[in-house]
Amino acid sequence: MPKIIKKREIIEDQWISINNPEQDLVSTDASANIIVELAFWLENKSSLIARTGKVGVLLQGSDEPELFHQELNNIDLIAINFPKFGDGRGYSIARLLFERYGYQKEIRAVGDVLRDQLRFMERCGFNAYALRSDKNIEEALASFSAISVDYQSDVLEKKPIYNRRP
Amino acid sequence: MYAYKEYDQELLNERVEQYRDQTQRFFKGELSEDEFLILRLQNGLYVQRHAPLLRVAVPYGMLNTEQVRKLAHIARTYDKGYAHISTRQNVQFNWPSMENVPNILAELASVQMHAVQTSGNCIRNTTTDQFAGATANEITDPRPYCEIIRQWSTLHPEFAYLPRKFKIAVTAATDEDRAAIRFNDVGLRIIKNDAGEIGFEVFVGGGLGRTPLAGSLIKPFLAPKDLLSYLEATLRVYNRYGRRDNKYKARIKILVKALTPEVFGKKVDEEWQHLRDGALDLPDAEVKQMQSYFPEPAYETLENNPTSFIEAKKENGAFSIWLRQNTNEHKKAGYQIVTLSLSPTGVAPGDVTDNQLDIIADLADKYSFGEVRNTHNQNIVLADVKQEDLFELWNTLQTHGFATANIHTINDIICCPGGDFCALANAKSLPIADQIQKRFDDYDFVYDIGEISLNISGCMNACSHHHVGNIGILGVDKKGKEFYQVSLGGDAGFGANVGKIIGPSFNEGDVADVVETIIRFYIDSRIEGETFLMTYQRIGMAPFKEKVYAKNN
Repeated sequence: MPKIIKKREIIEDQWISINNPEQDLVSTDASANIIVELAFWLENKSSLIARTGKVGVLLQGSDEPELFHQELNNIDLIAINFPKFGDGRGYSIARLLFERYGYQKEIRAVGDVLRDQLRFMERCGFNAYALRSDKNIEEALASFSAISVDYQSDVLEKKPIYNRRP
Repeated sequence: MYAYKEYDQELLNERVEQYRDQTQRFFKGELSEDEFLILRLQNGLYVQRHAPLLRVAVPYGMLNTEQVRKLAHIARTYDKGYAHISTRQNVQFNWPSMENVPNILAELASVQMHAVQTSGNCIRNTTTDQFAGATANEITDPRPYCEIIRQWSTLHPEFAYLPRKFKIAVTAATDEDRAAIRFNDVGLRIIKNDAGEIGFEVFVGGGLGRTPLAGSLIKPFLAPKDLLSYLEATLRVYNRYGRRDNKYKARIKILVKALTPEVFGKKVDEEWQHLRDGALDLPDAEVKQMQSYFPEPAYETLENNPTSFIEAKKENGAFSIWLRQNTNEHKKAGYQIVTLSLSPTGVAPGDVTDNQLDIIADLADKYSFGEVRNTHNQNIVLADVKQEDLFELWNTLQTHGFATANIHTINDIICCPGGDFCALANAKSLPIADQIQKRFDDYDFVYDIGEISLNISGCMNACSHHHVGNIGILGVDKKGKEFYQVSLGGDAGFGANVGKIIGPSFNEGDVADVVETIIRFYIDSRIEGETFLMTYQRIGMAPFKEKVYAKNN
């Protein structure tokens, strides 16, 4: 099983990404935890919810949480894709999910996920990271603590630095 | 000026070590060229035609003399003995080696300086009026708000990977917009409403480059307490909806234009409804606290126009011309704002040597409370000089080449490094500046021409803001040969106008002739009291065009 980082620890990934649902769903055990594209989930919601295994949803940068946030209770994990690490839309989407819509389950960064962005992701609401497979996942953990001072409020720290002063 | 707190310094030190580690991983091959590119840009490091370029942030243009001396030291030790003042009030080094950059950053951090977010697709250095806090013509000192924005925008976790770079400028001036706020991604103009309360006019979507546009007003009055929540809402809308498929269409101005300013403003307002009155609220106490970090210098109680000053002015014509051109009125009686010209003929505009930087620091310590400001016109300001010291200061400035009385004249050219240094440039720009300055070497004539701005960019990226020069010159490449396109009528100030191209472009050798023809025609056409821009606005492009191309035939 591939490894991911969750809450700053390396764990085995318990989820399977379903890229071609028509084929892959047939061959996947009903008790497996799967991640499907948002559009597929919206179309096949009831059958997916009825599965024994959990179902997560994969979002792209152009997806809008405003349009499906009513469904969040039925979604067991949200993966947000970074097509390139320089594409920062995922940060805003994670903040909306976590802060505005109160999503408390796993928010996972997938795609071009590299260690130098992990801390920013964490501050925006991500709690799990599927590091790009050619990168060293153990060494990546150090990046969470490279910078310890944050000026802004974020999902972890509710006050900007000026309001934190004693 | 703002002095770092413990946490500011800690963040900076950590950032230096983080970058050192990133550089080492790049040299070990753990980070690819492309991966490192984005990281090094966010730390101000470009790779240029000859060597890397390191852009050092100068928040809102303010420097203390310890910092100026450190810049001199870096120029001497790691570069070829000079630095360049950029059009964003920053300082650039053109010749550092990539291996040395972490050490340079550590040197900078020791004097509370850095290169964080001076490049890359993130929120850049916030700029402001170089006369902030010293001019009589302002609503309030804008710098405390700039510092608040600096802190908010530094390593902001959500906005480090925007579609494109993002620039914010603030002015509180009432006489002239010296910060060109309408040509920034967000321009903030501090105003007072009818009830006497301070707030911001928010302009969005201004910029130059390939699509020059003046920013549109989307919020006529924003209370200071809402400043950060509104900026955060604006950035979030841009981060989510700005184009990422084409870097030339990725700036916020393209999104604002596509949606219309009204619709864009509405989207920001919708987002802002969720964010306002929340964690980002900027309490009045915090603004006051920040204001207390920008105390007035210890001004003496003085009379305006002391006798020695009046005498010197009477006796020395050159001094009095310099006073008129290179100094401005101060809010305190007996003080004056002095601009040091960094564009004497024969020197690349904005270039300053290590020794000159040391001298500037000495002068600032002696005459101006140990503070120095960079201007977006690539000059340097000593903001708080006693009038009784001006004659002595002027004499010293002359010795060191800073007293060219050319501020706001045709010879005070804004010019980018151009094809001589920059990898992006299509054409050289510095030789054109030199050509023009040599043409206008008769200063009686230069002063007769009066107030004018002339900006030269070596490519469409418009680093020298040629679109908003009263006369703008753009270098273009046609089949391997360099040509120059001339535009007229640009205005970076409150008028916020993009210049119009006069017609087909010119050969390198003809640019000074063309500029002279334009200038002579203005002098023949002007009405008493008109500047070049006023004459142009009255008579329009057509007669200029006729004159210029008639001559060429």
